[in-house]
Amino acid sequence: MSSPEKWTHPGPDSPPATAAAPTAAQVIAGLRATDEGGADLVQLLTPEGERVRHPDFDIDITADELRGLYRDMVLVRRIDREANALQRKGELGLWVPLLGQEAAQIGAGRALKPMDMAFPSYREHGVAWCRGVQPGQILSMFRGTDNGSWDPVEHRFHPYTIVIGNQVLNAAGYAMGQKFDGKVGDADSEATMVFFGDGATSQGDVHEGFVWAAVYDAPLVFFCQNNQWAISEPTERQSRLPLYQRARGYGFPGIRVDGNDVLASLAVSRWALEECRQGNGPILIEAFTYRMDAHTTSDDPSRYRLSDELELWKLKDPIERVKVHLVKQQWADQAFFDSVEADAEELAIGMREYCVNLPTPPASRIFSQVYAEANPVLDAQRDEFLAYQAGFAGGEH
Amino acid sequence: MAAPTVDRPTSAAPAAKQTLTIAKAINTGLRAAMEADPKVLVMGEDVGKLGGVFRITDGLQKDFGEQRVLDTPLAESGIIGTAVGLAIRGYRPVCEIQFEGFIFPGFDQIVSQVAKLHFRTQGRIKLPMVIRVPFGGGIGAVEHHSESPESYFAHTAGLKVVSCSNPADAYWMIQQAIRCDDPVLFFEPKRRYYEKGEVDTTAAPGPLFASRVLRTGADATLVAYGPMVRTALDAAAAAEEEGRSLEVVDLRTLSPLDLAPVYESVRRTGRLVVVTEAPSESSISSEIAAKVQQECFYSLEAPVLRVTGFDTPYPPSKLEEEFLPDLDRVLHAVDRSLAW
Repeated sequence: MSSPEKWTHPGPDSPPATAAAPTAAQVIAGLRATDEGGADLVQLLTPEGERVRHPDFDIDITADELRGLYRDMVLVRRIDREANALQRKGELGLWVPLLGQEAAQIGAGRALKPMDMAFPSYREHGVAWCRGVQPGQILSMFRGTDNGSWDPVEHRFHPYTIVIGNQVLNAAGYAMGQKFDGKVGDADSEATMVFFGDGATSQGDVHEGFVWAAVYDAPLVFFCQNNQWAISEPTERQSRLPLYQRARGYGFPGIRVDGNDVLASLAVSRWALEECRQGNGPILIEAFTYRMDAHTTSDDPSRYRLSDELELWKLKDPIERVKVHLVKQQWADQAFFDSVEADAEELAIGMREYCVNLPTPPASRIFSQVYAEANPVLDAQRDEFLAYQAGFAGGEH
Repeated sequence: MAAPTVDRPTSAAPAAKQTLTIAKAINTGLRAAMEADPKVLVMGEDVGKLGGVFRITDGLQKDFGEQRVLDTPLAESGIIGTAVGLAIRGYRPVCEIQFEGFIFPGFDQIVSQVAKLHFRTQGRIKLPMVIRVPFGGGIGAVEHHSESPESYFAHTAGLKVVSCSNPADAYWMIQQAIRCDDPVLFFEPKRRYYEKGEVDTTAAPGPLFASRVLRTGADATLVAYGPMVRTALDAAAAAEEEGRSLEVVDLRTLSPLDLAPVYESVRRTGRLVVVTEAPSESSISSEIAAKVQQECFYSLEAPVLRVTGFDTPYPPSKLEEEFLPDLDRVLHAVDRSLAW
């Protein structure tokens, strides 16, 4: 368990958190310090593929399970790269890359049980995969044919939320409902997990979500993917305290996990969700990871971060370490890795075809389902517009 | 959290017709809605033990328990944002915003999530939630306690906005808003909270999203909603003494607007004066003026006139009597219209 007392106020020689942009050396040194200085960082698989034990969060993993996690990560990375390419070819208006965050998302996503509920931000393609959302379904929003096409009730995976932090409060309310429904502390218990980034921790809604979940004992796991950058703003622009240590101020545990270690992410998420199901929630997990690509395809990280930093994090790749471990353990052979690659290729082809064939919805979609019940003013506006449009040859187009 | 204690008072056969204040009518309506549907929750700051700063939720926590009447932490975005999650979970939350000037910390959740989730998910998520907002001035309050922000919400697609003006409507409209599958902003005329009227709890209510002619007249039409309905009715009564016959329409629903009765009225009277406390610019009163000139152009004998709050921040309360439309300003506008 974390020991926030270890953290002390920076001394007079320390640069104030609100100082001008740190130098390159400070950025690198800071990242290394917070990364490796994490005696509190939960890690079960080193970047070199060595299995290490942790006194509180160990996990029994079978060869089958680890191969499954590996496959998930490779497929999700392929989905991400394919979508990125589709955007570059003009098929998507925007893409939000997850490159580098596969372990955090697959670990958390595979810890969820079917009846649990998940509230994503907009980068959680890996969690979406774990919730059974088809890769193509993620694209409609980015292609502009829909605002999100999966059924959030069926998948128990909320629509992507673009306004930063809003979903944290929505998740807190949902988890309160689980508690009010008596779904904690027995066999049919449920929990909720909400995903947000390091930048979101500066938002009032995230703070309020912490408050609500705490005072109502909501079965809610806050899963913060600290990928070090909120577009161009580094983590030290969000907090002068390691993010997981904030939990203590709200009265619940905060744990920092190696977000590039799928085993650690899975183990800590499973533990946290189980705590919630037992009625002991909420819990904050800070998955310490790195966004290897741009914030979105509209972003240019070369303007604000250093290639040294990227090189450093490449050594911590979440997929490579599992591959090394699988080989060392003789849990997988080349045929397995080849078959995963083939699956990834097939998935990408299907996704590409789905994307380019997504139909542009009819104009009536503009007016569709704005309200659950009738709205005569809107209905009249729709009818007038559709009649106008029908006046052209060929009607609606 | 304690289990809900359903220790309801056995007022077994309440009189069908009661004289209630607007405040008590909303309280009685909330109670009826909570009895009818165990998924209805009341949540907000001070709504439990205190019964709300205006006592609108008086006695509800005692009878329905802390799990159905939630005294929340003090943060409006939190109240609205968690209500969204509760609604997704199948509850029907009724949020109380203590005063309208404090709704803005929750504005982001209202316009970004509450208003859009149904559209975004093409109906897979419904948000049957009500946000109760005591609004308007005239009570001698300090800053942020007297405003009329309803136009912001009427401007946002996905929300429905209503305002009651009398106890009978207050009793029925709150229940209808709670039953509605769309999110409803429910604006309560706080300066009228303690005005009394007859409430028939057995009568069939009219539709929620409909305006209503409260007084018929032949010379000009007045349109108002919420706290200004009383002012408009008083003006019509005063005008009658001067031999002028004014028709008064209570708008009741601000989004969707139900202007058919207004058009019908204006086609007969030829004159329209819109009365609101809210500033006039880019507002519900502008919308009414625009639509009436579009629909009733050939019937109008005078331009549509508006009597509103000014396009200023709400003033210090010693000046609010100058800011708020009163009977004289309404009658002055009627004079101008008739003199056209």
